[in-house]
Amino acid sequence: MIKMNRGDYERILSDSKKRLPNEACGLIGGIISENGDKSVKKVYLLTNTDNSNEHFSLDPKEQLAAVKDMRAEGLVPLGNWHSHPESPSRPSEEDKRLAYDKNASYMILSLMNIDEPVLNSFKISGNTAEKEDLIIEN
Amino acid sequence: MKITVAGVKKEFDDGLTVAKLVNLEKVETPQYVTVTINDEFVESGAFENTILKDGDEVEFLYFMGGGR
Repeated sequence: MIKMNRGDYERILSDSKKRLPNEACGLIGGIISENGDKSVKKVYLLTNTDNSNEHFSLDPKEQLAAVKDMRAEGLVPLGNWHSHPESPSRPSEEDKRLAYDKNASYMILSLMNIDEPVLNSFKISGNTAEKEDLIIEN
Repeated sequence: MKITVAGVKKEFDDGLTVAKLVNLEKVETPQYVTVTINDEFVESGAFENTILKDGDEVEFLYFMGGGR
């Protein structure tokens, strides 16, 4: 299970809309409890260096800065997030191929229906993606 | 010599290359890892010939990307 507060969700949503028609992307940092539950404490909005509506790559310099910021704040990297401007909230074949950490959370925000955005979180291992419980807290 | 790897100070023998460090740290899928030394990015083709020195700060960054 992974928890995120509504403010962080709104930041992801707002950034994803702002960057349309391209995909938006970033990192999530937080804490992991003893039972393995994750809690997002900080969302990082990074540049998609692909500038594409079909692909994303995190800017390595921004990624480095985010990782250092997490460490300074006592957080751990929990995974990443990206938007799908025109497709559902599920990992594509490319998303699965480029997911190297089976313990990470991969969040995907679909803006396919702009009035009804959908955010899901997945664990990805090999070619298998499993949706994890995502709780948006007010 | 002491090198900080991902925020943790560790002791290594002198003459350590980036390639050897990647191996010692058991970095998974190293072909998709970018390395920085003191915030400077190291070209992947230079891992074998880049020698670390005392006090260096090293980070491993995994490429993160995808598509629709």
